[in-house]
Amino acid sequence: MSEPLLKAVGVRKSYGHTEVLGGIDLEVHKGQVVCLLGPSGAGKSTFLRCVNHLETIDAGQVWVDGEPIGFRLRDGKLYELKEREVARQRRDIGMVFQRFNLFGHRTALQNVVEGPVRVLGVPLEEAREQALDLLDRVGLAHRADAYPAQLSGGQQQRVAIARSLAMKPKLMLFDEPTSALDPELVGEVLAVMGTLAAEGMTMVVVTHEMGFAAEAADEVVFMADGAVVETGPPGELLSSPKHERTKQFLARVLA
Amino acid sequence: MAEARRSTTEPLPIVRRKHWGRWISAAIILVLLILLGIALGNAQIQWDSVPEFLWYRVMAVGLLNTVLLAVIAQGSAIVIGIVIALLRRSANPVARWFAAGYIWLFRGLPVLLQILIWYNLALVFEFISIPLPFGGYLLHEQTNVLITAFTAALLGLALNESAYMAEIVRAGLNSVDSGQTEAAKSIGMSPGATLRRVVLPQAMRVIIPPTGNDFINMLKGTSMASVIGVTELIHAANNISSNNLLVMETLLAAAVWYMVVVTVAGVGQHYLERAFDSEDRSRSAFSRAAKALRTAPLVRSERV
Repeated sequence: MSEPLLKAVGVRKSYGHTEVLGGIDLEVHKGQVVCLLGPSGAGKSTFLRCVNHLETIDAGQVWVDGEPIGFRLRDGKLYELKEREVARQRRDIGMVFQRFNLFGHRTALQNVVEGPVRVLGVPLEEAREQALDLLDRVGLAHRADAYPAQLSGGQQQRVAIARSLAMKPKLMLFDEPTSALDPELVGEVLAVMGTLAAEGMTMVVVTHEMGFAAEAADEVVFMADGAVVETGPPGELLSSPKHERTKQFLARVLA
Repeated sequence: MAEARRSTTEPLPIVRRKHWGRWISAAIILVLLILLGIALGNAQIQWDSVPEFLWYRVMAVGLLNTVLLAVIAQGSAIVIGIVIALLRRSANPVARWFAAGYIWLFRGLPVLLQILIWYNLALVFEFISIPLPFGGYLLHEQTNVLITAFTAALLGLALNESAYMAEIVRAGLNSVDSGQTEAAKSIGMSPGATLRRVVLPQAMRVIIPPTGNDFINMLKGTSMASVIGVTELIHAANNISSNNLLVMETLLAAAVWYMVVVTVAGVGQHYLERAFDSEDRSRSAFSRAAKALRTAPLVRSERV
């Protein structure tokens, strides 16, 4: 198989004396959808934030498309990058947050246009057209001029997905994208993510939506206490888990 | 008692409470105001000379200096305040300590004392010079010449206010959720762009109201410059009264001007806040300040 798009090797992270990640290994190939499952406090979100260097890692490496994230490889050593250089690497890695984090002072359209225009230097007119296209894809073209506060949670999250897609990322990270939503709004966000997955976007998704994991994921990773407990295709891992921790978790979630 | 307990279906008239307490307190306030008016009428004040003093040339100079001092001092304080606030939030511990020390010092000392220190700087430093590395000077001037009374007042007022501004800006920056910064980072924005495009615009809503308050305070604080002989409103009033001995009349003339500039500033603050609170949050801070100016009734043109 070809070189994976995302390759994490022995990623460790501690806050003070508390170890949150105790050496995570993970490979995601181009076009794959990987779901991270596990109890809260397992370190799933922290790991995701390490992938685009929102958190600095204490040890290990995260490679995206052959580049060590947050570092430059020279003479067999990893040199820490400046914040500006990390910003360059993040262009290719989209992220969708639990709390949406749309820019509150800008309309939906302006939120989507911001990255292409300010970061990539795309002319405003061109960026506007692309943005309207993207908003249309997430079903919100008619709300282009609404401010985040005027949108429902589900709509905000769909705009946030469009904002990430506007950067034409190689990899999309979803950090519990439906956990802050009212139950009746979860579906519309999952639908957009499902379409994205079907179109071949490479995605790493931290989620508690077992249905989405079962349907859209190529691989499911179960994490607990800062470590990967078990990995497998959703059909296997969700129905016949091998480890006791996984069994317990699934029994509680699916009950 | 029996009647009160019996419910009925026919409509009954409603008798409102009389609020006697309100009538009584209103009457007391009015009587006190009338008495105060009578007292003032009996006071030995030449009321008719007050409007005259308003338009004295030295009063105009005083008004100009008061406004100039306040505007320049507040403007510099905002710029310095933003820098200190950023240092205060810096990852560099030395920068943080420096900023905390700066705020501690310039907020802690009385403004009057700071003005006096700047004014008397020549006593300890005869010259102020910035030497160039290979001989010669970029700046080499007698302190007396460089720091005039106006400059000393400006330094005292601006540096004191900058410490307050630093805290206001810091509160504003802290009010913006960290998720906004993370979202900006996640689309590859540089730290500078994140601050300018995402954090500061949203911090403005928290920053502007207390800044307006501080500016109104600053307008009055300029009166301390009179102590070192800057011709601002108080000094101008004293100037006139030292000739004609109409102390109270000239002070009242100064008071009128203070109320005028403070009222103008208050109205300006109202429109500035409204502009920054409006739906159209996409514009730059500058264009919104311009919008505030346009919508203010004093300068509003017919077309609008």
